[in-house]
Amino acid sequence: MVHTDAPILALRSVSKRFGAVQVLTGVDLEVRAGQVVALVGDNGAGKSTLVKTIAGVHPIDEGAIEWAGKPVHLNRPQDAQALGVATVYQDLALCDNLDVVANLFLGRELVRGGRLDEVAMEKRAKELLDTLSIRIPSVRIPVAALSGGQRQVVAIARALVGDPKIVILDEPTAALGVEQTAQVLDLVERLRERGLGVILISHNMADVRAVADEVAVLRLGRNNGVFPVATTSHETIISAITGATDNAVTRRQARVAGANQ
Amino acid sequence: MSKHSTTQNASRTNGITVTETSATNVPAVDPRLLVRERGFAGYLAEFKSKLRSGDLGSVPVVLGLILIAAIFQGLTGNFLNAGNLSNIALYIAGPGLISVGIVFVLLLGEIDLSLGSVAGVSAAISAVLSIQHGVNEYLAIVIAIVAALAIGALHGFFFAKIGVPAFVVTLAGMLTWSGLQGYVMGNTGTLNNIPNGVIANLDNYFFDSVAAAYGLAAVSVAGYLVAALRGARSRREAGLPFRPVSEIALRAGLLAVLAFGAAYVLNQDRGLPLALVVLLGVVIVTDFVLRRTTYGRKVFAVGGGVEAARRAGINVARLRISVYMISAGLASVGGLFMASQAGFADKQTGSGFVLMNAIAAAVIGGTSLFGGRGKTWSALLGALVIQSIITGLDLEGISQSIQYMITGAVLLGAVVLDSVSRRTQKSAGRG
Repeated sequence: MVHTDAPILALRSVSKRFGAVQVLTGVDLEVRAGQVVALVGDNGAGKSTLVKTIAGVHPIDEGAIEWAGKPVHLNRPQDAQALGVATVYQDLALCDNLDVVANLFLGRELVRGGRLDEVAMEKRAKELLDTLSIRIPSVRIPVAALSGGQRQVVAIARALVGDPKIVILDEPTAALGVEQTAQVLDLVERLRERGLGVILISHNMADVRAVADEVAVLRLGRNNGVFPVATTSHETIISAITGATDNAVTRRQARVAGANQ
Repeated sequence: MSKHSTTQNASRTNGITVTETSATNVPAVDPRLLVRERGFAGYLAEFKSKLRSGDLGSVPVVLGLILIAAIFQGLTGNFLNAGNLSNIALYIAGPGLISVGIVFVLLLGEIDLSLGSVAGVSAAISAVLSIQHGVNEYLAIVIAIVAALAIGALHGFFFAKIGVPAFVVTLAGMLTWSGLQGYVMGNTGTLNNIPNGVIANLDNYFFDSVAAAYGLAAVSVAGYLVAALRGARSRREAGLPFRPVSEIALRAGLLAVLAFGAAYVLNQDRGLPLALVVLLGVVIVTDFVLRRTTYGRKVFAVGGGVEAARRAGINVARLRISVYMISAGLASVGGLFMASQAGFADKQTGSGFVLMNAIAAAVIGGTSLFGGRGKTWSALLGALVIQSIITGLDLEGISQSIQYMITGAVLLGAVVLDSVSRRTQKSAGRG
């Protein structure tokens, strides 16, 4: 895995309030090129809000967002898109009646001489799907004819048409079967091979351990540790999510261990 | 997904990092890919599989037209006369234009109930301006169309910006503009068209030179051939699947038989009617706009999924307003053709079954009531079906009450076909 050391995207002590509710408090997050960061946490931990601040849906209240080392302001979704942040939300937002090519280029169709350049779009769609090793029966069948996993990979491919640097995937495997989940995880690995930074939201620890390089845990709107997947046990991550590290037993263990050294 | 990738993923979940890309290892062609066989046999096979999966296209309506023609020719013996067919071409211009507008609205998955009244009020405005106030007829027509566009924009505004259901907005419009039509006409019951004026000629002008009809047929066939061959060449050069020359030749041949046959029949009678040229022109232009431009792509996208369209950056409200303007504008032109065909504009122009027939035509022609599926050609085909039934029953001397019941049954049949084909498409994984 090729990491450049400087993160493309860095959140520094980001806070976000909705009215009286403090949703995010001093959250840090770093994503590098060619790195898959899993964002995990219990329901209500602030994962969705954090992702939406990056996607420009919710502007942050305090803290800073840095893009390639420079502070940026993301006030609208278009700001994030212009920087190179692509978000695939859980409801995929595809048009069932349109074919795969039309969906991939929806809103940014290639036009030549005032008419749609179907040939160029179909060619680029095929190239894109080939480089991602996405197998679908035909790029000219309506999306309605695709399976859940195929729709998910089309939605991810659609995010890549704009050549983003960071891709955010919100629960990409939540509604998928075993084989389809494998397809999507394969695709996440290919995104990493292409040098993209990936933020993966998931409740599924098996998926997280399968593809992520780092796991960033959120708990009650705060950072609760960033763990390298390869050297961290399943239990450690789970206890960070549930907050089981922060109780009398663990505090005592830590004290005893410190005294023995 | 090929077996290989699944095992690769499994190996990675076991903690072994696979560095090779699976792209280099998967077979070049997935056996499940839908690749059409080369040549004509492949085309037939694809056509059959499309029919089986419920993608009927315009097959039912074309079969229906042939059936209707055969039945009435058998019953009356003069249904396929040049004069009768020529009259059918004249009669469908007005309703057909309104129906093209309906197709746009149906593609959004919405409805416009006001179009009959809009057609009527347009005919009234142009008649009152040109006949009572002596305004130049062209100017009167432009004013009538601009008024209709404003009406469409108003409907679109209440629907798209305020959020009133389109059904209710256009139902209110149906009453309001029908009232405006009566108000504009004032105490005048009927305004006869200016003899040999522009409006009088819309539905009564014929290009009586034999060359006109044949010329139009030749230009259409040649235009189709050039466009199809150029399209196939650019797809072949890009390495994409393309229509084989044999298939293009077959399609062009069918088109040629149809076009020159129609031209021959029209020339047997009074020649090529202006009304048919206008209707064909509108259908061809709107078909191009819907299938080949970003605007048309947006219409289909909103019809297929409003939320997806919005996230793709499409201004849904503006698009909806523009579609209601298009439908009202086309209805306005249709109203002028109906006034021309009747010979006058009165308080009844565009009332009664005009709207229902226009909606029925779009649906019978194959445009879905559920949004996102359809073509403007379906307006032309559906209008032909309805007018053929009406004309045939007239020739047989069957009363209007029976005509309504038969047209109603045909409409129900078309909607049943739409619903059943949607269900078949769902079970075949295409709906």
